[in-house]
Amino acid sequence: MEIDREDGRTPNQLRPLACSRNILHRPHGSASWSQGDTKVLAAVYGPKAGTKKNENAEKACFEVIWKPKTGQIGKVEKEYEMIMKRTIQSICVLTVNPNTTTSVIIQVVHDDGSLLPCAINAACAALVDAGIPMKHLAVAICCCLADNGYVVLDPNKLEEKKMSAFAYLVFPNTTLSVLPEGSSVADGEPVEHGIITSVTHGVMSVDDYFLCVENGCAAAASLSAFFRKNFQQSQRDSSKAG
Amino acid sequence: MGLPDSSQDLSTEMEVDAFRRIFPLRFFERHLSESLRPDARPLGKARDTIVNPGLVSTADGSALAKIGSTTMLAAIRMEVMTPSTDSPDEGCIALEFHMPPICSPTVRPGRPADAAPVISKRLTDTILSSGMIDLKELCLVSGKAAWMGYLDIYCLNADGALFDAALLSAVAAFSNLEIPVVALNDNGRIVAISGGKDEDNASIIEKKAVNKEKRKLTLKNIPFSLTCILHKNYILADPTTEEESIMDTLVTVVLDASDQLVSLYKSGGTVLAYSSAVKSCVELARKRAKELKQILGEMDID
Repeated sequence: MEIDREDGRTPNQLRPLACSRNILHRPHGSASWSQGDTKVLAAVYGPKAGTKKNENAEKACFEVIWKPKTGQIGKVEKEYEMIMKRTIQSICVLTVNPNTTTSVIIQVVHDDGSLLPCAINAACAALVDAGIPMKHLAVAICCCLADNGYVVLDPNKLEEKKMSAFAYLVFPNTTLSVLPEGSSVADGEPVEHGIITSVTHGVMSVDDYFLCVENGCAAAASLSAFFRKNFQQSQRDSSKAG
Repeated sequence: MGLPDSSQDLSTEMEVDAFRRIFPLRFFERHLSESLRPDARPLGKARDTIVNPGLVSTADGSALAKIGSTTMLAAIRMEVMTPSTDSPDEGCIALEFHMPPICSPTVRPGRPADAAPVISKRLTDTILSSGMIDLKELCLVSGKAAWMGYLDIYCLNADGALFDAALLSAVAAFSNLEIPVVALNDNGRIVAISGGKDEDNASIIEKKAVNKEKRKLTLKNIPFSLTCILHKNYILADPTTEEESIMDTLVTVVLDASDQLVSLYKSGGTVLAYSSAVKSCVELARKRAKELKQILGEMDID
């Protein structure tokens, strides 16, 4: 039995994506990412000299500042900051610029569901715009579990509230490989199926979680293709302008 | 490459403690290759766990939980408040996780630890979404009075797996909780009855007591958690602070009594989690949930 979504999407369909980079002039890198009505602005400053007190001076350090649309900063924002900081630390090459701090500032413009994945995607685009060296991108997606066991991708705010459980999943991006074997494999599974970050809310069975991961992986592949197309397009535009 | 050679040269001459400080990763990997950890635990085994209920006499419910050296003290105070208009017959729980400077040399007074608000929020989400507590049980008079539970968890010693110990102490405090006796007085307000043998008190209790005796909450779907470290092909259950600082990929699995997944939390980390690793972590969490259920059961009988 299929699910009817209010905006007429199929369960596996994402909302229209839009990404623009280099929109702010002061930060070294900036990007705006929107999925449907959820819009997030990300700015990157750095690398700047020196690390914070308890951080390892032999590696690059990252700090994330999350600014909500309204209201004061509370525990929700602190949790998002910590999740994003650890995700960004795992995708960036930390040994290239040791003893430096790179700041990523996230400004929520509008929240209509799936906010943390949107912010992670925006941060990745901003880091690419700033030229921070990275191993791969972090592609984030929100998967919800409906009552009848179906997995629904990229919910809006009303859907997130109605669903019994949802999971924010972050995967590395898919690689277009020049090797004849295709993408690299670790332990018999392709590298893109590894989970970088996973945050779940609500109770679900273990099998339902793995179903979410499967669907999330497939969606991450289409998000990776969108990232690639978006970056290649702006590169072509800037080379034409030059 | 310079470093591996120099460590091989020095390792024969160096003391164990010095080697542990200077080459921590190699020290741990030497142990992992023998499927052991420096404290002689096998890879999938958690540290010794103790739960002591009812330590704080001024609180309505309290518990101390120790997993190895990590110590958490949880205490609950109940207060009467007016429920919100959206949910007139539900009470609420306010959870706060504190990391005072006593718990770790990295926490300084005046600067709250980075981890504290994050663990606080994760605990609130886990406890509320697991459905352990039925908020309707906290209602006194529909629309006018309901219980608000202030749960404070203090970390007394931070030695890794803070979330696991904090969740265990919170669950133990809730099972130790006894809701105080209250009555409706003439002004229509709820007053606490101290339990004295006053004749006036006794008559009030008979006529207008909202709840006759101290009762306990019914807990269903108790969540149990296990944090694991992923490092290359190894999965280490219940890490200490030293292990967490060297190997940075942590996965926390929270399962409830009916084997449902309440939360699977992995926040970045150098190692990517493939389905096989996640399945192993869930298996370890299942075993741990059985152990913890037994420990809580023994605590209740006492």
